[in-house]
Amino acid sequence: MSRPVQARRLEGIDKNIWVEFVKLAATYSKVNLGQGFPDFPPPDFLTEAFTRALGGQNHMLHQYTRAFGHPPLVTVLAQFFKKLLGRDLDPMTNVMVTVGAYQALFCCFQALVDEGDEVIIIEPFFDCYEPMVRMAGGTPVFVPLRPNPPKDGKLMSSADWQLDPAELASKFSERTKAIVLNSPNNPLGKVFSRGELGLIAELCVKHDVLCISDEVYEWLVYDGKQHIRIASLQGMWDRTVTVGSAGKTFSVTGWKVGWVVGPDRLLQHLRTVHQNSVYHCATIAQEAVAQGFQRELRLYGKPESYFVQLPKELQQKRDWLVQSLDGVGMKPIIPEGTYFLVADISQFKSDVPDVPNSDEPYDYRFAKWMIKSKGLAAIPLSAFYSEAHKNNYTNFIRFCFAKEEATLKAANEILQKWKQEKTSS
Amino acid sequence: MPFRHKNTRRIEGLDSNVWVEFTKVAADPSIVNLGQGLPDISPPSYVKEELAKVAAVDRLNQYTRGFGHPSLVKEGDEVIIIEPFYDCYEPMVKMAGAKPVFIPLRCKNDGNSASSADWVLDPAELANKFNSKTKAIILNTPHNPIGKVFTREELQVIADLCIKHDTLCISDEVYEWLVYKGKKHIKIATLPGMWERTVTIGSAGKTYSVTGWKLGWSIGPEYLIKHLQVVHQNTLYTCPTPLQEALAQAFWIDYKRMDDPDCYFHSLSRELESKRDRMAQLLKEAGLKPVVPDGGYFMIVDVSMLNVDLSDVDEKQPYDYKFVKWMIASKKLSAIPLSAFCGPETKKQFEKYIRFCFIKKDSTLDAAEVILKNWNKQTG
Repeated sequence: MSRPVQARRLEGIDKNIWVEFVKLAATYSKVNLGQGFPDFPPPDFLTEAFTRALGGQNHMLHQYTRAFGHPPLVTVLAQFFKKLLGRDLDPMTNVMVTVGAYQALFCCFQALVDEGDEVIIIEPFFDCYEPMVRMAGGTPVFVPLRPNPPKDGKLMSSADWQLDPAELASKFSERTKAIVLNSPNNPLGKVFSRGELGLIAELCVKHDVLCISDEVYEWLVYDGKQHIRIASLQGMWDRTVTVGSAGKTFSVTGWKVGWVVGPDRLLQHLRTVHQNSVYHCATIAQEAVAQGFQRELRLYGKPESYFVQLPKELQQKRDWLVQSLDGVGMKPIIPEGTYFLVADISQFKSDVPDVPNSDEPYDYRFAKWMIKSKGLAAIPLSAFYSEAHKNNYTNFIRFCFAKEEATLKAANEILQKWKQEKTSS
Repeated sequence: MPFRHKNTRRIEGLDSNVWVEFTKVAADPSIVNLGQGLPDISPPSYVKEELAKVAAVDRLNQYTRGFGHPSLVKEGDEVIIIEPFYDCYEPMVKMAGAKPVFIPLRCKNDGNSASSADWVLDPAELANKFNSKTKAIILNTPHNPIGKVFTREELQVIADLCIKHDTLCISDEVYEWLVYKGKKHIKIATLPGMWERTVTIGSAGKTYSVTGWKLGWSIGPEYLIKHLQVVHQNTLYTCPTPLQEALAQAFWIDYKRMDDPDCYFHSLSRELESKRDRMAQLLKEAGLKPVVPDGGYFMIVDVSMLNVDLSDVDEKQPYDYKFVKWMIASKKLSAIPLSAFCGPETKKQFEKYIRFCFIKKDSTLDAAEVILKNWNKQTG
């Protein structure tokens, strides 16, 4: 080929942290706390719904369903979110199903971000936001959460990482089209408070900016905290697209069923992108997820609800990992939500010396070394920062604790052994 | 509404869609739906069984390897599309910022067509469409909606032009197994000089009658596929795991018996051939002129000799759109208007045709038979 074969829109977005680290974990790790997926089984009621759908009389479940979402699924999602948002929702126009929350995000950016638009992204951020904004021709504008460690020397909480209101306000310009909010936040686990959301909402309304609200971890909230949906705040419904995920809600990341909820005047444009790309999502998985939601609607707030049981179980795992890491000298930041935990590894720097002028941030090198020599996989925090800010926080790594007890025990053993090696050397 | 909540430029004009329009209208259960291309026959049982087995394996409900979209077309490029065309090609080319350049298949026998083989490209006309801006040509064989199976000679003409102008070929071969007696599906990627410039697309939905699984694939040289991988990792990232696993198992079953007549790839096309012949017969008896397809599961029909007068219908739509809506309302039979598959210049050429889908169970075809036999008993 004499001229470049690939389109310019792919410039700079070919690298991907997951491709690199998933490969490393597959090759070297004995205990994988890296990529965010559960290694425990999904709930029985969900896999049974899938099997029932397969074995049932209706073989049309193997064929195309409604492009914008299988009717039973959009109907139950509308019912559920009507409850949660306190507003009447039309399943046909206020809900759309996508191939995972990933594709929901893709539709948001393609539908709403034009060349020259600015999009505010809060750091640290789930890594796909940046390349998706760029692919849409937009310019990402970053604003960091800043750590304010507690004075009493206690372990930090994700709540201690905060936006500076003046700094946030300064990022809004007349070119700002949207802000991406992720609460509960991956990787920190921060659950934005009503006050913090109110601040963002005020700025959105003042500058007429849209809000893309990634709430895939909405059910994974600990210590009695409450997940607040920004779309329910004053002036926000009309300008917010809320993204959700069956993969995270029901521990079936491999089913790739996600959705968006929002006003018709925004969703109509997402529908246009969807019908000109993926067009339909797999029918059977939608059917089973619909049944899962119907069950949860019946059991809402009750102890048997999966949305009550899962966070309870995960909170225990969180506490277990926190103890484990604290015990060996890694300083965990206690997450208020999600199944991720970030830990400060500065006390382990002797194992992986600093290399001045290295093109890789310290935490990348540390994490790679840890996978290869300790068999324990985690993800470097600078993976969740823009290129310009990768070197701001290089002493942190992210662990995923949505794992079986046996996996967490094995992780603990590796950490204990490591500590012993350090104290004896 | 504040102006900033407008859609992005890339989706300007792409909001209307023939499927959204017609699936709504045909959704009434009293209508015999031969419109949208989806089987109402059951997929093979072993395909469903493989999925049932897989669903019980826990780790197969989580993410798998990321890879499994044209990232090759950019603003200012031209992409050649053969008309009539599967409707998504045009908006997808436009969404990539490129310009679609159309070339029609033309009927050999002066409009009197009995077979999909009668529809051909004019080699000189095709050559004229290529220039220095031409980035790619989209080929669809077996062809939706006409059912044409491009011959080796026809593919060679296209290949020669691709090589001469250093053009890519996006070859949509989703109906590759649905080829009828006497015809052979030839992959353009196997022609000399074509492997390195072709991306071949396939579909589990069409291969195994499971359109609702939404699994497809691209095959091609690494240096082209790697760009598709970048798009994939920035859009969907992964495809559903249990479905991919079950599909792999099903493929192994049929791969091992490729020479056996029971192989699904052969048994399905045999089953469909008899449905094709039945459909053609019914349409002829109703006074219509079907174009018998060499492949695929669609059949186009010239409805002009029925002389249905729709001039009083107010809408500014092509004749075939109005005809299909009238047919759904008065005959309870649905099809898809062919001008949905054309660029603006050729709509007049194709507006006397409608498309029927015949991958339907016998009872559906029986119901269609009743309607077609009684067609002339009611004046439209």
